[in-house]
Amino acid sequence: MLKILKYSFFDLMRSRWSYVYFAFYLLLGVVLLFLNNDLSKAVITLMNVIIVLVPLIGTIFGVMYYYNSQEFTELLLAQPIKRSSIFLGQYLGVALSLSMSLILGLGIPFVFYGLFESSAIWDFSLLLITGTFLTLIFTALAFNIALSNENKIKGFGYAILLWLFLAVIYDGLFLMTLVLFEDYPLDKLSLIGTMLNPIDLSRTLILLKLDISALLGYTGAVFKQFFGTSFGLVVSFFMLTVWVALPVLRIVFKSKRKDF
Amino acid sequence: MKNQILFFITIFMAWSSIAQTITVCKTCAVSTIQSAITQAKDFDTIFVKKGTYKEHNIVVDKPLTIIGEKYPVIDGELKGEIITIISDNVTVDGLFIINVGTSYTEDYAAIRVKNSKNFVIQNLVLEKLFFGIYIEKSRDGKVYHNKIIGDAVEEYNSGNGIQLWYSKNVEIEHNFVQHVRDGIYLEFSDDCLIKNNVSTLNVRYGLHFMFSNDDVYQDNLFEKNGAGVAVMFSKRIKMYSNIFKENWGTASYGMLLKEINDAEIIGNTFEDNTIGINIEGSNRITYKHNDFKNNGWAIKVKGACYTNTFTENNFLYNSFDIAYNSNVNDNIFDKNYWSNYTGYDLDKNGVGDVPYRPVKLFSYIVNRTPETIILLRSMFIDIIDFSEKVSPVFTPDNLLDNNPLIKRITW
Repeated sequence: MLKILKYSFFDLMRSRWSYVYFAFYLLLGVVLLFLNNDLSKAVITLMNVIIVLVPLIGTIFGVMYYYNSQEFTELLLAQPIKRSSIFLGQYLGVALSLSMSLILGLGIPFVFYGLFESSAIWDFSLLLITGTFLTLIFTALAFNIALSNENKIKGFGYAILLWLFLAVIYDGLFLMTLVLFEDYPLDKLSLIGTMLNPIDLSRTLILLKLDISALLGYTGAVFKQFFGTSFGLVVSFFMLTVWVALPVLRIVFKSKRKDF
Repeated sequence: MKNQILFFITIFMAWSSIAQTITVCKTCAVSTIQSAITQAKDFDTIFVKKGTYKEHNIVVDKPLTIIGEKYPVIDGELKGEIITIISDNVTVDGLFIINVGTSYTEDYAAIRVKNSKNFVIQNLVLEKLFFGIYIEKSRDGKVYHNKIIGDAVEEYNSGNGIQLWYSKNVEIEHNFVQHVRDGIYLEFSDDCLIKNNVSTLNVRYGLHFMFSNDDVYQDNLFEKNGAGVAVMFSKRIKMYSNIFKENWGTASYGMLLKEINDAEIIGNTFEDNTIGINIEGSNRITYKHNDFKNNGWAIKVKGACYTNTFTENNFLYNSFDIAYNSNVNDNIFDKNYWSNYTGYDLDKNGVGDVPYRPVKLFSYIVNRTPETIILLRSMFIDIIDFSEKVSPVFTPDNLLDNNPLIKRITW
């Protein structure tokens, strides 16, 4: 598995898209810092970018890579290698190279700007950690879609739909549910609703650090316990890990019984 | 004129010849403060030496000056009220008063001023108290440089730091109040000045007005209270250059205004509060040169608020700038700086060319269904906020700042 991981990783490292992705984040970081002159404000703007763009790029890149390397995969399948290690190796290769572009691309301008002396370092690391989690989750989901669809066009369509659903439509439905059932106690429902969507979950996780004063404005015991203590942080990270584990398990499961 | 001066000199000399000093200490002839007061004549000075005096119900019934040397401790042993002043012209200075009794039927205070004029209460340290300094039906007094540190946990069994009841023209300056119910509480008290005080970590309010008119409070710091300042049912209050900080919690405000008319709120700073100012039923108030920074809600308008003007304030990085719960607006927003403003200034006159709408659709939704706060900063919310901005349906369509400033205002 490690060999395939290494191969995928270096294959991607040489590809143009990794550089484009890296350069995009580098530029974003530099421009934000240049315009804002304030680390903590830049972190807030970055959050908006990360929770929308990272999932999108993860999904598209994952699907693209799978379809592009299909012939190579078939070649590998003819060799005496475990199927799970082929696909997991490829998956990790993509996910790790994307995460690296993200971390380096954003990290370098911030480090040069004096991140280590700033109090924003924890907010910033939290941002990078959630960004990495989102990359892992959405690349895994993309691999799932690609594994289940031979048709490339269909695969891409589903991938974009998945992103659109989790990034925008889900929140719309969520909001409608909350407004519709406003006469009922909604504490738990709203927290559970957040847990079920990795994008919402990452957003909440970052909000816990940034907009805590607004979040505390709501009177609800469950909310207060969730937002007021580190309990929220622990639960959110646990859920993000579950969100990585489930699609990865499905990759293993699916790849074992797929006909090529 | 000459005769007048002569007259005053004679009076002064007469006084100084009559006024004597009495020293109280453990080994002196006079060993308790109460006996010193009984022996003293009008306008005498009582010096209390360092030591611990276990006394309560000390009644000051003649014009005296009581001065503590090196903070003598007066221990009330939780038996009730400690000092009660019922005469005019009393000065109390430099005492350390502890252990005031707690009662559910009577408001025991460390020091109570009753029906008195020209009192001065200064340099006291009060600890383990129920009520601290209680001024009732008195006027023309001064409360300076006191330090009041309580241990209040619940509202129902704790008292206020400094309380004024039916009092007039009292100056409260440079006091430090912590861990009581209300730091400073004014009820039916007019023409008072509250200045340079620090009121922090109180269970309820840092400063509380009830039915009090024409008062001024300025240059105070209110930090981490249940709510910073509550101004209720009062008229013509002036609030200048105060700092309201970190009043966090589900029902916490920097400032709470209820049934307030004709007030002036100028030059204050509201920082890191859950709600900067909560306004209910308040009319003709001027908000000018205030900084609202990093609050959850900078201003929450709850209804029945008419002809208020908000000019030249800075709204910086609040989650919500203004929240309204109706779509009728009679308040004026003009020439403020909004950090969330996204317009442009083509003619470079420092004023944005597109009006700014401070009320977002999302703040309207959160007002209706508070749980939706969990969707804060979601992309979907940004989209609906944008569409509401283009064509307002739910938010008041005349609630605009027509001259939003491009640069932060400094004064």
